[in-house]
Amino acid sequence: MNTWAPFEWITALRFLREGRMQTLFIVAAVAIGVAVIVFMSAMLSSLQANFIKRVLTSQPHIQLIPPDEIARPLRTSTRTEIVSPIVQRPAQRIRSIDQWQKIRAALSEWPEIVTVSPTMSASALAVRGDASRSITLTGIDPEVYFRIVRIPEYIVAGQPRVQTDDIIVGLDLAKDLGVALGDKLNVTSATGGARVLTISGIFDLGNKGANMRTTFVALRTAQALSRLVGGVTSIDLTVPDVYAAETIALAVQSATGVEADSWIKTNAQFFTAVNAQQTSNTLIRVFVGLSVAFGIASVLVVSVIQRQKDIGILRAMGSSRGQILRVFLVQGGLLGFLGSIVGAAMGGGAYMFWHSYLRQADGSEIFPLIFEPSLYVNAVLLAALTGVAAAAVPALRAAKLDPVVAIRG
Amino acid sequence: MADVPEVLRLEKVCKSYNVGQPVEVEVLHDIDISLKRGEFVALIGPSGSGKSTLLNIIGLLDRPTKGRLFIEGHETSKLDDAATTALRGHSIGFVFQYHYLISAFTALENVMMPLLVEHSFPDERMRARAHGLLDQVGLAQWENNLANNMSGGQQQRVAIARSLAMNPALILADEPTGNLDTKSADSVFEMMRAVNRSQGTTFLVVTHNMDLARRCDRTIEVIDGRIGTLAPANEVEPHQ
Repeated sequence: MNTWAPFEWITALRFLREGRMQTLFIVAAVAIGVAVIVFMSAMLSSLQANFIKRVLTSQPHIQLIPPDEIARPLRTSTRTEIVSPIVQRPAQRIRSIDQWQKIRAALSEWPEIVTVSPTMSASALAVRGDASRSITLTGIDPEVYFRIVRIPEYIVAGQPRVQTDDIIVGLDLAKDLGVALGDKLNVTSATGGARVLTISGIFDLGNKGANMRTTFVALRTAQALSRLVGGVTSIDLTVPDVYAAETIALAVQSATGVEADSWIKTNAQFFTAVNAQQTSNTLIRVFVGLSVAFGIASVLVVSVIQRQKDIGILRAMGSSRGQILRVFLVQGGLLGFLGSIVGAAMGGGAYMFWHSYLRQADGSEIFPLIFEPSLYVNAVLLAALTGVAAAAVPALRAAKLDPVVAIRG
Repeated sequence: MADVPEVLRLEKVCKSYNVGQPVEVEVLHDIDISLKRGEFVALIGPSGSGKSTLLNIIGLLDRPTKGRLFIEGHETSKLDDAATTALRGHSIGFVFQYHYLISAFTALENVMMPLLVEHSFPDERMRARAHGLLDQVGLAQWENNLANNMSGGQQQRVAIARSLAMNPALILADEPTGNLDTKSADSVFEMMRAVNRSQGTTFLVVTHNMDLARRCDRTIEVIDGRIGTLAPANEVEPHQ
């Protein structure tokens, strides 16, 4: 008999040990339930983290763009009557963000913002001999922009270098135009600016459309080609908490007066899919948790019936209703705890197995192996609490047993 | 016996079932009993006469419908559940017909159990006390055996040792030898008698065995829920 344990723990442990087959089966059932929860949670959060990483390393978390140009109705000279009530929405020409240097300086001071990168985007035509392709010309300051969009990680040839006459192009555009590293490309912007640029790097974003259209040049080159010298069409931002992007975007918008779009808004469908995945994961966890709880409860209900005489004799010996209640609550907690320890190990093992087994076509991992100790600790604690809660009904039943009836059986 | 303190007193104790319903049944009628310290009393009577109900009431496992019950001078009707449980644990020991040891524990641990219930954490003093009691009933060498691995007679001896663990004033034994062969029954009875003589513990023993009843100090006979005769044990006649 352990001297460190009180009466309730000693009795609970002995009851579980004596009914070892029953204990073994319910611990196995709890373990399987917890393993499913741990495995699913670990894998889904890794997949989700990977998806979000892929999305957010190819675009800013928040993008500041100039407000739309709007047309005002024409009024009379006294400004009381509208001359023409029909107002046509004006075409949105490429414009710079007003006072963008001031905004950049102000936002750099915000603790919620990590990176501030002004960019210049414009449509252009890339011409090589008889072939031409329409492209999006993105003028960047590589030092800060590459902290937002990790182009160096996607470079398959050359360097992520953008000096005055350099251009970085996508793999599919390079194939279509038949160009390689160091080749010249004639770039003509929609506003008429033209320049011959040298291909300094080729990237593969893993998306054919993006590889066809996206190109990167130095900010000044893009400004010159677009004939918008000194201007930028957007300011890209990153934030430490990606899920707070929308809130921060609203704060930036009200502080600067410039339109700020978060990745949550511009990728609404993706965000909805992530949320749906989280909801389904939560639902699965709840139902598996419930089945574990009912399993523990049913075993303890049977145990109370089996232990009726023991309960009666313990009551006759002077044990209180509270002590009997705790004996069964401890059993529930122990079943949940033991099962969850085994289950957490099984879930972690299955997660590692699937990580090594599931591979993409190119042999790279589908999801990164991320071990979050909190997931395992929480699973164990939650299962132990579920065990205690599940034991409440049988424990109350045991505590309420009339000792005379219990002894008589 | 006038100066000997009273351990148990029942005054006009009645017990009814289905109280307030059309089929109310009174099974015990105006029971008056008094037991003094050191008495060894047999409670006899035919099956269904109310002996077990009376024993449950005396053992504070059940409550009387009317009347008063005193254990070591404490009036029990005013006690709440916790106080009743505490009084039961301290003052009363139980020995049942089917021994009712807890099978998950060894003989020693079963004897320690009332002390463990009382003090929560086991210690060496409890172990020593349980060992001493098992030695007293001649089972010291069996102390590490699980209850299920012992004979009926041995289990009953362990149950007697357990009933003595808290050094109670009163031990209630419900047919303690009813399930044993003659030799074991005799041995168990003699052991209880020895404890009674050496420690002055009061025993109230329910039995159908008239030979054993005659060896008690006196007998109380219950017939149809009433006290039939209160006689010196050697004058007891077997039931017809």
